[in-house]
Amino acid sequence: MKPKVATAWLGGCSGCHMSFLDMDERLIELADKMDLVYSPIADVKHFPPDVDVTLVEGAIANTDNEELALLIRRNSRFVVGFGDCAVTGNVTAMRNPVGREAVLERSYVQLADVTPQVPRDYQTIAELMPQARPLHELITVDAFIHGCPPTADQIWFAVSQLLEGKLPALSHVFLRYG
Amino acid sequence: MTTMSRTITISPVTRIEGHAKITIHLDAGGNVADARFHVNEFRGFEKFCEGRLMWEMGGITSRICGICPTSHLITSAKAGDDILAVAIPETAEKLRRLITLAQWIQSHALSFFHLSSPDFLLGFDSDPATRNIFGLIARDKEFARRGIRLRKFGQEIIEVLGSRRIHTPWAVAGGVREPFGTAQRDRLLAWIPEAKETAQIALDTLAGIHEKFARDIPNFGNFRSLFVGLVAPDGALEYYDGALRVMDGSGNIIADKIDIHRYGEYFGEAAEPWSYLKFPYYRPLGYPKGMYRVGPLARLNICDYIDTPLAEKERVAFKAIAGSAGTVNNSFYYHYARLIELLFAVEKAEALLHDPAMLGTSIRARAMINRRAGIGASEAPRGTLFHQYEVDENGVLTSVNLVIATAQNNLAMNRTVQQLAAQYIDGNTITEGILNRIESGIRCFDPCLSCSTHAAGQMPLHVQLCDAGGRVISEVAR
Repeated sequence: MKPKVATAWLGGCSGCHMSFLDMDERLIELADKMDLVYSPIADVKHFPPDVDVTLVEGAIANTDNEELALLIRRNSRFVVGFGDCAVTGNVTAMRNPVGREAVLERSYVQLADVTPQVPRDYQTIAELMPQARPLHELITVDAFIHGCPPTADQIWFAVSQLLEGKLPALSHVFLRYG
Repeated sequence: MTTMSRTITISPVTRIEGHAKITIHLDAGGNVADARFHVNEFRGFEKFCEGRLMWEMGGITSRICGICPTSHLITSAKAGDDILAVAIPETAEKLRRLITLAQWIQSHALSFFHLSSPDFLLGFDSDPATRNIFGLIARDKEFARRGIRLRKFGQEIIEVLGSRRIHTPWAVAGGVREPFGTAQRDRLLAWIPEAKETAQIALDTLAGIHEKFARDIPNFGNFRSLFVGLVAPDGALEYYDGALRVMDGSGNIIADKIDIHRYGEYFGEAAEPWSYLKFPYYRPLGYPKGMYRVGPLARLNICDYIDTPLAEKERVAFKAIAGSAGTVNNSFYYHYARLIELLFAVEKAEALLHDPAMLGTSIRARAMINRRAGIGASEAPRGTLFHQYEVDENGVLTSVNLVIATAQNNLAMNRTVQQLAAQYIDGNTITEGILNRIESGIRCFDPCLSCSTHAAGQMPLHVQLCDAGGRVISEVAR
C-alpha cells in the first residue's frame, strides 16, 4: 500500500502549497508513490485517521487552526512544519505586537463605511487567537521545512525522505528562512 | 415558540484558494431560506504594516497570497511610484507587464487544470477521494501534464525575471531591480508554441464541457450585476494599467475612464458579522444593491476588444453568448473568460518578448518621498487590486488600505450560492454531488481567500437545527 500523505493549510498565504505544486512534472511521479488523502487541493472534508505524513502550512492563528492541528497530531505518524509560518509564526505572527482587537478594528470598523463591525458570529466563523503561534508551540512536530516558501527542491527532498519512512535531515543548502 | 429550521454546512470549501465554508439555511418546510459563503481567515495586514517603510511593502504584501504574490508586488510598486511621483522607464514598465502576464498564466492554469477540471473531467458525482489533480493524473496523464507545464511556464517567467517563483521582491517603487537578457528571453520564447497549444486545448476541452453540462450551466450564478475593471485608454483588455469602467448587466457603460485615484468615491466596503471577507459595493447604488463582479468575466464583458488575434476571435464568440442581454451574466462563463485571458496572456507575452525595449538597461527611477499618499491598481488574475498608502516624510507608512479582487466578488458569490442552493436542495434529498455543485459555483469565481482577508462518500454534512433566532439547538454530523 502506498503511504498516505496529507497537507493542511492553517494561518498562512498558501505559498507553501503553491511551492508544492511547483514540483511540476515531479507531481506525476509522486502520484505513483503516495496517496493524497487530505489537502486544500483535494475534496475530502474530514481529516482521516492513520495518515503517514502530514505537511502543515501556516501558524496557529484561530480556533479552527487549533482544532485541526490537534486532530492532525492524533491521526498522523509524522507531522512536518511546512514553511516559515508553521516553523516560526513568520508573517502571520506580525500582528502579535499590535494586538488582536487593533487589527480587527482597523479592517472591519475603520475601513468599512457601512455596517462597520468586527465579525463575531463564532457559530459559523473561527475566533482569532490573541496571538498567532508556530505549530510546535501547540503540538509535537517531527520535522521542519524552512522557507517563505520552501523551494520545490526542498519539498521534493523532504517528501522523498518521508515516503521512505525517514525524517528528512535538511542540510545547510536547504536551511533558508525567508 | 420555536420555529424549527435546519442549517447545512459545507466545511471546508475545498479546491479554492482559501478557507471558507458555506451554510444553507432551510425553513421548516425544507426549502432554502438563505445561503451564505463564509470566509474564515484574517491576518491584519492593513494594521500591522503601519510603521513599516514603504520600500518593504512589496516583500510584505506579496505574503498576503501565495497564488498571486506577483500581483501584490506590482500593485505595491505602483503605489510606490505614485509616492515618489515618478514615471518609470519604458523597459521597467514592459518588464512589469511581462511578469503580470506570467501571473495570469500560472494562476489561470492552476484554476482550470489543477482545481476546476476534476469536476468536469471526473464528474461532479465522482468519488471525492480522487476528485483532484492526482485523480486527474491517474485519469489522463497527458492532459494533466500539459496543465502542470503551462502553470510551470508562468512560474518560470516569474523566476527568470525575479530570481524566485513565489514572493520575489523584484519590482520596487520606481521600477524593477534586475534587467532582462537575451539568453533569458530566448529561453522563454522557446515555451511559446507549447503554451499556445495548451491554452487552445483547454479552450477545446471547455467547449466540450459546455455541451456536457448544458443542463447545469443556467443555474451557475446566472443573474445581472455590474461589472468593473480596468480598460486601456482605447478600450482594449487591460491587465497592468488603465482606468476603471463600470458596466451594468445589460451592457451599458454607466461610468468610464475613472482615474484609479478616485476609486474611493465610487466603491465602498461593508462588513457582516458572519464573514471575515468584507463586501465592497458600488456607492451610487448603495449596499447591498451595488453588487458588482470583477475578474475574467467582468474584463471580457467590459473591454471593447483584445489586441491579440487568437484571443480576440474567442472574445467575439464569448460576446455572442450574451445575445440580446448585452453582457454574459452567467458566472459559469468565468471559466471561458479565464481561458480566453490565458490565451491572450501567452500571445501578449510572446509579443513583449520580441520587443527590443525589453532588453534596455534603464530600469529604475530613483527619487525621494515626493507625495504623502499613493495609490496603485492593476488587474490581478481575479480582478482589480488596489493598494493605497499614506506615508510620513521618511516613507514610513501611516495608513494602509488594501482592496482585493476576490472581496469585490463577495456579494456575487453569495448570490451564486443562494441560487444554486435553491435549485439543487430540497430538504429531503441532499447528496454529495449537489453539495459539490454548490462548491463548484464558488469555484467559478476562483476565489483567492488568502488574498481577500489579508486580508457523499466522506461528505462532511453537518446539519444544525436552529431556532428562529439562529441559535443552534441541536447538531448532527456524519
